[in-house]
Amino acid sequence: MDVYSFLIQLLNSVQYGLLLFLVASGLTLIFGIMGIINLAHGSFYMIGAYMAFSLASLTGSLFVAIVLGTVLSVVLGVVLEWALFSHLYKRDHLQQVLLTYGLILVFEELRSIIVGNDVHGVNVPDILNWSLPLTDTLSYPVYRLFMSAVCVVLAALLYVLIRRTRLGMMIRAGASNREMVQSLGLNINLVYRLVFALGVALAAFAGMIAAPVSSVYPGMGTQVLIICFVVVVIGGIGSIWGALVAALLIGLADTFGKVLIPEAAGVTVYVLMAAILLWRPEGLFRRV
Amino acid sequence: MSRKRISFAVALALLALFPFAGATFYTELVTKVMILAIFAMSLDLLVGYTGLVSFGHAAFFGIGAYTLGLVAPKYDAANLWLTLPAAMLAAGLAALVVGIFVVRAKGIYFIMVTLAFAQMFYFVFHDTKFGGGSDGISMNFKPVASIGGFTPFDLASATHLYYFVFAAMLLVFVFLRVLLRSAFGRALQGIRSNEHRMRSLGFPVYLYKLASFTLAGALAGLAGYLSAMQFGFVNPEIISWHESGNVLLMLILGGLGSLYGGVIGAFAFVALQELYQSVTTHWQLLLGATIILLVMFLPGGLASIGGLFKRTLVGDADDE
Repeated sequence: MDVYSFLIQLLNSVQYGLLLFLVASGLTLIFGIMGIINLAHGSFYMIGAYMAFSLASLTGSLFVAIVLGTVLSVVLGVVLEWALFSHLYKRDHLQQVLLTYGLILVFEELRSIIVGNDVHGVNVPDILNWSLPLTDTLSYPVYRLFMSAVCVVLAALLYVLIRRTRLGMMIRAGASNREMVQSLGLNINLVYRLVFALGVALAAFAGMIAAPVSSVYPGMGTQVLIICFVVVVIGGIGSIWGALVAALLIGLADTFGKVLIPEAAGVTVYVLMAAILLWRPEGLFRRV
Repeated sequence: MSRKRISFAVALALLALFPFAGATFYTELVTKVMILAIFAMSLDLLVGYTGLVSFGHAAFFGIGAYTLGLVAPKYDAANLWLTLPAAMLAAGLAALVVGIFVVRAKGIYFIMVTLAFAQMFYFVFHDTKFGGGSDGISMNFKPVASIGGFTPFDLASATHLYYFVFAAMLLVFVFLRVLLRSAFGRALQGIRSNEHRMRSLGFPVYLYKLASFTLAGALAGLAGYLSAMQFGFVNPEIISWHESGNVLLMLILGGLGSLYGGVIGAFAFVALQELYQSVTTHWQLLLGATIILLVMFLPGGLASIGGLFKRTLVGDADDE
């Protein structure tokens, strides 16, 4: 492998890792703060991708679709939290697993009724539809760089939100002691609703910006969900920082696994998880 | 005799006489249900008695099934008495190895890690050629039950297969019941209700959990083997996480921690499935909605309906 193809793989793995981080951060926040295991989180990614597909063909612009889709996903998050998830906080994990499993079935089947089971492509917007030449033969698509840049900006915003704002303070407080926050007169239920909607929006957003690269297909939510579980397990449940590190690790392991040992490509990520579980059963970083 | 025992005996008699009632279709359907019941009971050992919520139990079902697919000769029938233990052994071994990793994890971690490992097996069978890839393996012959030339029953007959599976289900039930009343089983239930106390009492909690995980895996492998035998093919979809989800659903439907709950749940699940499939091709929508309603309004499973009824009618006299 020469320097340029190595560089391309490296950029790919960082881009993949950052995308995973967007989905996994919501998953880990929702668990860390509300104690909810949400199997339906991958569905939000799927819903995002399908929204990008249908809204982009409706409005003619991916950017407009992303803005609209983000608003819609926040609404979806608020409604779901109000109708279902707010009743799950005191239930045991088994019931959370089942309810969110039921949600996946509902979402997948609704998707099949509304959009069908075909694989769809989403066009890359014209301004970003060119490649950065590296050598005479190799080049790198600008859209992927754009994705990575957007993810980095979002990760930074998330950091600022959690570490530097009043809402972030409430989120962190809620994660460590729910009752105390409540008795101090803060509206913890509102915090929960916001965090849930944020998680849904992040996952849907990831699905939307990934749509032109990964195409839009049934089952994409499940695939992302399980990889995100691996990310959360490696990073430590509830830890945003851990999710970032683990997502980048997974991005590297997956991309280079495919290049270096193509026979075992599907398994590299899980081997990494197994190794980390043996070494640190609680994940690399614990807690927010 | 208590009412429970009577209903138990009636259910057993009904099942034992069922093939005489008629149609082969229903005999085969109930055979399938009883295989699922074995699968559900094996998961109950983990979820209901050891307190380990596994979302990857289909992996071991799949390994049991694939064992038959892989060792069965192409142009000849496999021997039941060799391949059946082999399938349970393979599934048990896989569960032991996976267990070494996952049993260290607790609660929500355990759920995620079991799911991830099951998915790994799914990819192994789906992406590599040795298990036939995404097409899986078809078997042309049902295993034969011959011991030194003597063949006590013929598994190619739907009725014989029915009784073989029925016997297997009863055996698993009795085995688990005896096991759970032994010191080992009591220790597992102790771990479920208070792990810290068991640890401070000096129980090697990790080993107990690992043993339970391995045993549950081997029994799931038995169910998988029987299923592969009944349908004559295996493919990676039997390891998909939908299967792990469905078997958890069966347990919840029938009620956790009672063994026969798994049996009731398997029947309820297949009945629901058949009903919804007859209504619409988008039956998963109905199934999903049912699950959501079940968790929201009936968290104790179908078995709790009676109690619910009593409470609303008579008032809260006895707690369950």
